[in-house]
Amino acid sequence: MRDMTLRRPWAARAAAGCLVLALAAAPAAGQTIAIVGGTAFPVSGPKIENATIVIRDGVISAIGAGLAVPPDATRIDAAGRWITPGLMHPSTGTGLNGVVAAVREGRVSGDLSAAFNVLEGIDPAAVQIPIARAGGVTAAVVVPSGGLIPGQAVAIRLAGDRVEDLVLRSPVAMRIDLSEGSREAGGGSRAGASARLRQVLRDAGVYARRRADYERAEMQPLAAPARDLEALQPLLRGEVPAYVAANRASDIRTALRIAGETGIRMVILGGAEAWRVGPALAQAGVAVAVDPYDNIPSFDGLGARPDNAALLRAAGVTVLLYESQAGGPRNLRFAAGHAVRNGMAWEEALRAITLAPAQAFGLGESHGALAMGRAADLVIWTGDPFEFATAAERVFIAGREAATRTRQTELLERYRTLPPRY
Amino acid sequence: MRPSFVLGATALLAACATGRPATGPTPAPESSVRATVPFASTYERRSDAAVLIRDATVLTGTGTELARASVLIRDGLIEAVGPDVAAPAGVTVIDGRGKVVTPGLIDTHSHLGVYAAPGTSAESDGNEATNPVTAEVWAEHSFWPQDPQIPLAIAGGVTVIQVLPGSANLIGGRSATLRLVPARTVQEMKFPGAPYGLKMACGENPKRVYQSRGPSTRMGNMAGYRAAFIEAESYASKWKAWRLSQKGERPPRNLRWETLAGVIQGEILVHNHCYRADEMAQMLDLAREFGFRIRSFHHAVEAYKIADVLAREGAAASMWADWWGFKMESYDGIPENAALVEQAGARAIIHSDSPDGIQRLNQEAAKALAAGRQAGLSLTRAQAIRWITSNPAWALGIDDRTGTIEPGKEADVVIWSGDPFSVYAKAERVFNHGWQVYDRSDPSRQPTTDFHLGQTAPGVGR
Repeated sequence: MRDMTLRRPWAARAAAGCLVLALAAAPAAGQTIAIVGGTAFPVSGPKIENATIVIRDGVISAIGAGLAVPPDATRIDAAGRWITPGLMHPSTGTGLNGVVAAVREGRVSGDLSAAFNVLEGIDPAAVQIPIARAGGVTAAVVVPSGGLIPGQAVAIRLAGDRVEDLVLRSPVAMRIDLSEGSREAGGGSRAGASARLRQVLRDAGVYARRRADYERAEMQPLAAPARDLEALQPLLRGEVPAYVAANRASDIRTALRIAGETGIRMVILGGAEAWRVGPALAQAGVAVAVDPYDNIPSFDGLGARPDNAALLRAAGVTVLLYESQAGGPRNLRFAAGHAVRNGMAWEEALRAITLAPAQAFGLGESHGALAMGRAADLVIWTGDPFEFATAAERVFIAGREAATRTRQTELLERYRTLPPRY
Repeated sequence: MRPSFVLGATALLAACATGRPATGPTPAPESSVRATVPFASTYERRSDAAVLIRDATVLTGTGTELARASVLIRDGLIEAVGPDVAAPAGVTVIDGRGKVVTPGLIDTHSHLGVYAAPGTSAESDGNEATNPVTAEVWAEHSFWPQDPQIPLAIAGGVTVIQVLPGSANLIGGRSATLRLVPARTVQEMKFPGAPYGLKMACGENPKRVYQSRGPSTRMGNMAGYRAAFIEAESYASKWKAWRLSQKGERPPRNLRWETLAGVIQGEILVHNHCYRADEMAQMLDLAREFGFRIRSFHHAVEAYKIADVLAREGAAASMWADWWGFKMESYDGIPENAALVEQAGARAIIHSDSPDGIQRLNQEAAKALAAGRQAGLSLTRAQAIRWITSNPAWALGIDDRTGTIEPGKEADVVIWSGDPFSVYAKAERVFNHGWQVYDRSDPSRQPTTDFHLGQTAPGVGR
C-alpha cells in the first residue's frame, strides 16, 4: 500500500510545539474480501453494475464488472446495494462537532497559532467517531478555529485506537481566517487582518532565509514567534494549502490576491458569496468548501444562496461539501443530497465528499475513490446514499469492517420498551 | 453555518435553548374592565382564485394517505378532499400527478423575527436576560416582520409558526402564533384567536445565565418557578375577589403576574424548553402543584426515556430529529426519539429552533422517520407528516382551524414536487389560508423582504 504514511519533509526541523508523530500505517494484514454484485460508484470513473471489489491487505486490489472472486476471499453479497468510497468530511471540529465544552480541543488562546496542530487533541475513543461512521463517514479533515491563523488541520481516518492509527496526514492545511471572524485579529478591521497576514507570511519567508541571523538575534523582531514562523514553512513551500475562511466576495478576492502575491496554494472554506467569484477561483485553481445549507444573509455574506455549489461547478471551480449542523458529521450525505436538490449533479456531489477533499488535502492518490491500489475505505448502502431512507449497511476502513454500533444504539435498546431495565 | 461563526453559532444555539413565549388575544384577568384586547390581530385573509388540485397523493395530516385524490380550495377553506371532486366553474385546476400534497407545515419553536438576520447584536431581541422571571414580556413586541429569513421558511412550506422568547430565563415571556405571510406589522400576522403561549426553560441555560445572582442550580431553577407561581396565585385570587365583589379599588395590574395568572386559568399554553427526562417529570409535578398543564415540552431530547409518561399526561414533545451533544443536557439525544414517542402514543412534534432547520422541517421529519424504521418500528409517512402538521397545530391550540386537509379547515396546503420525505423534494406551491403565497415557478409569487432590496442579487433570498 502506498501513501499511508505521513509525509513530513520538514519534520526534522520542526520547532518545539510542532507535532511530530512517527506514523505507522494501519494496514489490515491478511484478510481478503470480495464484495460482489452491487452497483459501484468509483468516483474516479463511471459507475459499475454487478461490480466485484476485491480488498487485500487494506487496499483495493481489483475492481470491475463481474470479476472472478479469489478463492481465499470472504465473499460479501451486495446485490441491490450501492457502493461508494467512504465519505471524507472536509471540515469538522476536533471532537468531530456537536461536542460539549469539556471535549472541545480545537482552539488555543491567541489569534496567531500556526504552530498549533490539533492532532493530539483528538480522542480516538470519542463517542462521536462511531456515530459519524454510521453515516458512512470514514475520514475527516479536522480543523482548528479562532483567530487570524487558527493552526494546522489534519486528516484522519475514523477507526483506530491511537492517534497514530487515525492519522492519514498531518498537517494537511494551515487554517487562516479572512472572514468576519478575524476582524478582531486585525485590530478591528478586515484590512488590518489582511495586512497582518501578509506581514506574517513575509516574515516567515525572512525567517527561513535568515535563520542563523535570527538565532544570533541579529535582526529586527519578526511578526510572530519562531515556532509559528517555522510552522508556516510547509505552506510557503507549497506542501500544504492554506484553508482560508472567507465568505464575502471581497474577502475571497483578498484571499486570491494574497495567494497571487505569495504563491501559496489555497482552499476557501465557507465561501458564501463564492458564486460571485467563480471565474477568478477557477482561473486560480482554488477549490471551495461549501455548506449547502448556507443561504441566510449576514454582513459576512449578503449573497448567500442555496445553489452556490451548483454555480461554482458550472464556473469550473472544484467544490467540496461540508456541513456543521447539530446532528453531526453523520449527516454529510444529506448535505450532499441537499446540494443536488439545489442544482448540483449527483455525481458531482458525491465527488465533493470523497475524491475532491482527498485531492485538496494531499490524499488524492490514496483515498477518495474506488480504484486499484487505493485504501479500501468504502460503504455498502441500501440505496442512494443521499436519501434519508437509505442506511449505511456496512462500512470498511482500510479494508476492515468498522463497527457502526454507537452509544446511541445502546440508549435506543435500553429505552425501546418502558420502563427500562438498568 | 459559516466557519467564522462556529463558536458563535454554538452560543446562539444555547441562546435559543433559552427562553421565549408569546400569544394571541386571550382575555387577561382584568379584561372585563378593558374594552379591547391589547395588540389585537389585524390579520386579513387574502382572497385568491379557487384551486382544484387533481390526481395527487395527499397526506392529510389525520394519519391517512390518499392516492390519486383531489383537493378543492375555495374562499380560504378546504372545501373538499377525495377521489371524486367536481371542478366548480372558473376554478384553476392544478395537475397533481406525481405530486404530494400535505397540510402547511407548522413550527412550534421559532425565533424568526426576534433573532432576525442579518444577525447583528442590534437585532438580538429574543432574550430579556435581565431577570430569571420575565413573564411580562411578549415575543411579538420584538418581532421584525422584515426578517429576511421569513421568505426562506415560506419557501420550505411553513405556514404557521410559534415565535418564542429565548431560554435564558426560567420564565421567558409570552409567545405569539403567526401566519407566515408577508406583512408590515406583526399584528397583521397574528393568527386570530390563537391562544397565547408561555415560554419556560429548564436546566442549563437559566442557571448559567444567572449564576452570580441565582438561580445557579437546578434546584434553584425549581424554586424560582414556584416562587413566581405563588405570586401569580395570589394575584389571580385578588382579581377574582374584586371581580366578584366589585368593591373597593381595582387591584393594580402587573403584567408579570397577569400572564402567569392566565396560565393558571388555562388560557395561556405552557411551552417548556426541557431536555432531560427527569426534569420533564419535575415540571409535570410543578404544573400539578399550581393546577396548570404543560402543553408541550420543547427540545425534549430525552422524551424517549419517558414517552409512556408523556402519553399518560397528554403533554406533547417537540423535538429535533437528531441534534445531540452540543451541551451536556443534550448528550443522550438519539435519532429514534420522535419514533419512540410516537410508538408510545404520545404527541410527537419535529420543531426547528433554527432559521436553517425551519426551511427543511420535512427533511428533519424524514430523518426521524427513517431512524425509526431502521430501528424496526412500524411507521408510515402518513403518521410522520403529523409531526410537522396536525400535532404542532394541537400544541398551539389551533388544531380546530388548521393542521390537516379536511373539509372546513383553513386552507394551509403545500404541493411538493414529490415525496416530501425525499431529500430532493421541494415545496412547489404554498397556500396560506387559501392564498397562494409561494410558487417556485413564478417569481411574482416569491415574496422577498425589504432587507433584500438593492443589496442582494436577484433570486437570492427566495
